[in-house]
Amino acid sequence: MTAHEGPQELEAQFEQWRQYVLRRRELQAVDADELEDHLRGSVDELVAAGLSPDEAFLVAVKRMGSLDELSREFAREHSERLWKQLVLTGDSGSPVGGTRSRRDLWVMLGCAAGALVSVKVPALFGLSFADDGSFYARNFTLFALPWLAAFLAWRRGARRSVIAALAVFFVIGAVAANAYPLADDSQSVVVTSVHLPIALWLVVGLAYVADDWRSSRRRMDFIRFTGEWFIYLVLMALGGGVLSAFLFNTFAAIGIVPEEFVSQWLLPGGAAAAVVVAGWLVEAKQSVVENIAPVLTRLFTPLFTAALLAFLVAVVWTSHGIDVEREALLLFDLLLVVVLGLLLYSLSARDPLAPPGPFDKLQLALVVSALAIDVLVLVEITGRITDDYGSTPNRAAALGENVILLVNLAWSAWLLLSFIRRRTPFGTLVRWQTGYLPVYAAWAWIVVLVFPPLFSFA
Amino acid sequence: MKVAKDLVAASATPMVLGILAEGESYGYAILRRINELSGGELDWTEGLLYPLLHRLERLGHLESSWQAVAGERKRKYYRITDRGLAELAEQRRQWDTVVGALKEIWHDRAPLTVRPLEGLA
Repeated sequence: MTAHEGPQELEAQFEQWRQYVLRRRELQAVDADELEDHLRGSVDELVAAGLSPDEAFLVAVKRMGSLDELSREFAREHSERLWKQLVLTGDSGSPVGGTRSRRDLWVMLGCAAGALVSVKVPALFGLSFADDGSFYARNFTLFALPWLAAFLAWRRGARRSVIAALAVFFVIGAVAANAYPLADDSQSVVVTSVHLPIALWLVVGLAYVADDWRSSRRRMDFIRFTGEWFIYLVLMALGGGVLSAFLFNTFAAIGIVPEEFVSQWLLPGGAAAAVVVAGWLVEAKQSVVENIAPVLTRLFTPLFTAALLAFLVAVVWTSHGIDVEREALLLFDLLLVVVLGLLLYSLSARDPLAPPGPFDKLQLALVVSALAIDVLVLVEITGRITDDYGSTPNRAAALGENVILLVNLAWSAWLLLSFIRRRTPFGTLVRWQTGYLPVYAAWAWIVVLVFPPLFSFA
Repeated sequence: MKVAKDLVAASATPMVLGILAEGESYGYAILRRINELSGGELDWTEGLLYPLLHRLERLGHLESSWQAVAGERKRKYYRITDRGLAELAEQRRQWDTVVGALKEIWHDRAPLTVRPLEGLA
């Protein structure tokens, strides 16, 4: 080493050490600055005492002791650092991120206000919640989701063609919800009210993946987004409930009953705005808080597996056929949805390169037992299909969904099995799931657009 | 002889406040000063000093500022506040009591010789 190289090499060592320090969550950049100054002081003194810079650096680092111990001591003083805090307007440390997230905040507030206003626009045309309940039931997602899609499209910098496609989809949705002559008490109204949100949510998905809609990775991000969005929405609904209860009761205590305000303004407007706010929260906190959907999945996968296996055992033991009443198919559809959700959210959080483990086997057991139950149900139904099944929009929709979910889960089970036997990589399973998303969208749109005329608006 | 860890921890606050009462200083220099004052007997680590400085700053006993030294290098200097001086006075009063009492007990007495098994013999 020449004398000229010495300082440079020392600087590189300092830089390396600094990176090492910054990897600790307990130690922040200012601490690293302070400790680096300390280390430099120590090195200077040792060099003055006659050591070479290299030796001095080693001795000084050694003197400072292990970083584990150091971060433990720091954690005792700064325990808040172990809790990642969501700073709503971005990291104050980086001015660029700050302006970006402040702009996000304003656009989100604009979109949320838009959603809030949209809910009340029909009231201008004399449609009230009390008398036109079915209008609001069919259209509710049309008030909120376009604004969420607008926010996401803005955030992704969507191209014009994507924006145009989004607009077209929402217009088609509005037409499908309102143009058909559906009686308020018809089955088709219910079927449309259930399927239109699904169809529109996948349009929101298109806005979410606007920057690269073919990529399986982006679609998986959308699945993650959906789970977190839902959890945030539920939490906000709880908070909103508490707020309304307080508002109602405190005002009632002074003789003003704000029933109309709460039921006509606060709840519907708040719900529409919450849809947008939840989307923004998921985007803002993406890297701040650990995703909760996969955690719930981990907790509930074993429990659901146990419940399904117990049910199967009970069916075999009692040799009691499953009683397929009117709502039974819907129940088992929902079961498949839950199982699919458990599968999806554990896929979403799994390290794709990790080898198959016990949890994957557990999942296979879950999927296979759900499939077995569903096959039992379908056998039961085919026995009766000649009587009355499939003759109404409700049953046709439920049956269609069952087939779609069955196909998905059956192939997932096969892929899971080959993954456990190390025949296929994990990525195949992920691609299968993300590639399947358009199927749900297509089916939801078919139900919304084709079913009402097909069943003559029954 | 090494001073016990508990005693080091208990005396840390008055020691840091006392050193900073002499004038503003920074981490490395404070550590050097403690070493010098105790003849190398007090074993302070960075893990003791810096979190303590941050705690005293949070409590308002100290103030800090970053100052440039030798080109691009930045150094965090700590200064004692009025609150810190009041705290130091209070701590000093307590330590004087403890030290006074100990001196009273040990007054004119020769150091004890250790006979650990006396009671069991």
